[in-house]
Amino acid sequence: MSHAWSQNLLYLALLLSLAYPVGTYMARVLEGERTFLHPILRPLERGLYRLMGIHEGEDMGWKAYAWSITLIKLLGLAAVFLLMKTQAALPLNPEHQADVATGLSINTAVSFITNTNWQAYSGETTLSYLTQMLGLTVQNFISAATGIAVLAALIRGITRRSATGLGNAWVDLVRSTLYIFLPLSFVLALFLVSQGVIQNLSSYLHTSGGQVLAMGPAASQAAIKMLGTNGGGFFGANAAHPFENSSPLSNFIQILSILLIPAALCVTFGHMVKDRRQGWALLAAMTVMFVGALAVCTQAEVNGNPALDRLGVNQVASVDQPGGNMEGKELRFGPGGSALWATATTAASSGSVNAMHDSFTPLGGLVPMWLMQLGEVVFGGVGSGLYGMLMFALVAVFIGGLMVGRTPEYLGKKVEAFEMKMASIAILLPCAAALIGTAISVLVPAAVASVSNPGPHGFSQILYAWSSASNNNGSAFAGLNANTPFYNDGLAVAMLLGRFGVIWPVLAVAGSLVKKKHTPEGLGTLPTHTPLFVGVLIGVVLLVGALTFIPALALGPVAEHLTLRSIR
Amino acid sequence: MNLQLRPALVAFIALSAITGLAYPLGVTGLAQAAFPHQAGGSLIRRDGQVIGSEWIGQSFTAPRDFWGRPSATVDAQGRPLPYNGANSGGSNLAPSSPDLRKVVQDRIAALRAADPDAANPIPVDLVTASGSGLDPHISPASASYQAHRVAKARGLDEAKVRELIAAHTEGPQLGMLGEARVNVLKLNLALDEVPAK
Repeated sequence: MSHAWSQNLLYLALLLSLAYPVGTYMARVLEGERTFLHPILRPLERGLYRLMGIHEGEDMGWKAYAWSITLIKLLGLAAVFLLMKTQAALPLNPEHQADVATGLSINTAVSFITNTNWQAYSGETTLSYLTQMLGLTVQNFISAATGIAVLAALIRGITRRSATGLGNAWVDLVRSTLYIFLPLSFVLALFLVSQGVIQNLSSYLHTSGGQVLAMGPAASQAAIKMLGTNGGGFFGANAAHPFENSSPLSNFIQILSILLIPAALCVTFGHMVKDRRQGWALLAAMTVMFVGALAVCTQAEVNGNPALDRLGVNQVASVDQPGGNMEGKELRFGPGGSALWATATTAASSGSVNAMHDSFTPLGGLVPMWLMQLGEVVFGGVGSGLYGMLMFALVAVFIGGLMVGRTPEYLGKKVEAFEMKMASIAILLPCAAALIGTAISVLVPAAVASVSNPGPHGFSQILYAWSSASNNNGSAFAGLNANTPFYNDGLAVAMLLGRFGVIWPVLAVAGSLVKKKHTPEGLGTLPTHTPLFVGVLIGVVLLVGALTFIPALALGPVAEHLTLRSIR
Repeated sequence: MNLQLRPALVAFIALSAITGLAYPLGVTGLAQAAFPHQAGGSLIRRDGQVIGSEWIGQSFTAPRDFWGRPSATVDAQGRPLPYNGANSGGSNLAPSSPDLRKVVQDRIAALRAADPDAANPIPVDLVTASGSGLDPHISPASASYQAHRVAKARGLDEAKVRELIAAHTEGPQLGMLGEARVNVLKLNLALDEVPAK
């Protein structure tokens, strides 16, 4: 019997029980309350503010907030690009990796500042240790911290009344980095090393038998890559590489760290709006969708590939073998540990992989693709998942309001035409980018030439790439040769749209909500903490996702699934 | 509007120094102190020479050795080079791909040819490529499938070989995480220590 199901249950239990303490802690950090780390980190924090020339209490309007976030990302873009273009002449490059081509450098820089971490590069053959550390690791921290900062601003937009300020972007960035990501990453990195993940600055090792072993500071990057839902691997094979994800326990803890902060942020939300039930309702909606997706993906991968059954291969799980669909999977994780990772990494906007999604069964591969297409709101990226889900919540109360013919409100704030316009942009822009990008690709011969698998699966490869980039996920059906001018440039545009095309409207909503008065609850108010609302919210998310993407999914994974059983 | 240039520049440089230098170098220092073996790659040495890592599989093709899982890694020119520890990756073949069926059929034929006596169906992990191309493990079933061939080629008792497999089988971690597995490199090294009959 495969351990897949008991492992899944243990995972859900641990995730939900850790969400409460971590979520409460993050709320204290974002509200500037004292934490147990203050004796160590507070002096550093104050020193930073003094150097920056800012005052903690100084509030920003939504435009200044959005501009600050955009500005630090532009600096990151320039820094990563320059590091990649000059790494040959810089230190910490024992393998003498050459400067990276311009197209790939732009694509990688965009992908890391947008929290996408699309891997058109392959770490061990392309990047110096300095680029990995000072370029990619830094962006892993900053892009994750900006996600939390934007969420904090949106929450303040909901809770503050007749105000203009949404908090200070720099304070939110610095606090998220210092008090949340840095300590968690430090502990996780050391734990991963104890399990066999490497952490050194040595040059590659040559064994007596002639094998070359790639080396490097992998654990420190793997830790933040998981916690920040970044996902860009130190190695080409990402977390399938034994030096980046060694034991089954390291695998389990890494999957836990994908969803830990996104799930806990729901608790943070409830804490900050002073109504815990509101946070639990959002967490419940996310969990229900996650469990459904996980069940489908696990079952599909454990069942194996019907095309191989006929060749006399044994795919039945037993105590002696994992069985199932093992192409592209690591034995120590098996189909269960791989399906759990695939579901979590695409529910969140992580995009890290411990198995090759391209080789998943059609239905097993449909699940990650659809989770991305839902807009990365089933847990989603750190901060970005919850602010995306809050846009859906606004749409849900709006639809509820239409049904009873009353101006809808969410947590005491009236939801009016401006909020609905912005929420629609934030929800639909990534969908449009994904579908239009796919449509253009199938018409451009140079784009079709990158496809590596024939038939419907080739279409799936293209659809997956655009869905991943537009929703800032970063995982891939990696057989698609994406390191071409068409995909490097096109996907970079999609990633920028998917990040800034959502952040700006979300902050505009925050800026509009913060000005409004508090509307007391009335008879016509739709309560937003009840199972009924959870159901409506799930319905809205699934409906938008289904109406937008089912035709495209029918041409790819669904068609492949239907033909697979007739292959001989 | 305040341009926010100074806070942006200072924040970027300071956070880069903290998260891009102090953090990874700090982790490196502590890891080297607390877990030097793991941090350096869990290397296996014989007579002072590094012969491999317990976490990185190697290409074994002789009948007297246990074979690992197929590997789809390539060299710098894109030519097949199984278990290339400097360029990880999988085949990315789709489940519906004719190439996947062809390559699995070839692997089945090779296994059958190496041991015509083995009649059991072949465990799936022995004919499918791993995601990293560096998988150090095979399933206990895949080891068991090869026991007869290895014993014959080495002139050993099959029972002795199976005993070694059992000794090198690890169960799921903490009883429920991951899968039961056998480390191929360690098993072959242990076999080398056994004198022939």
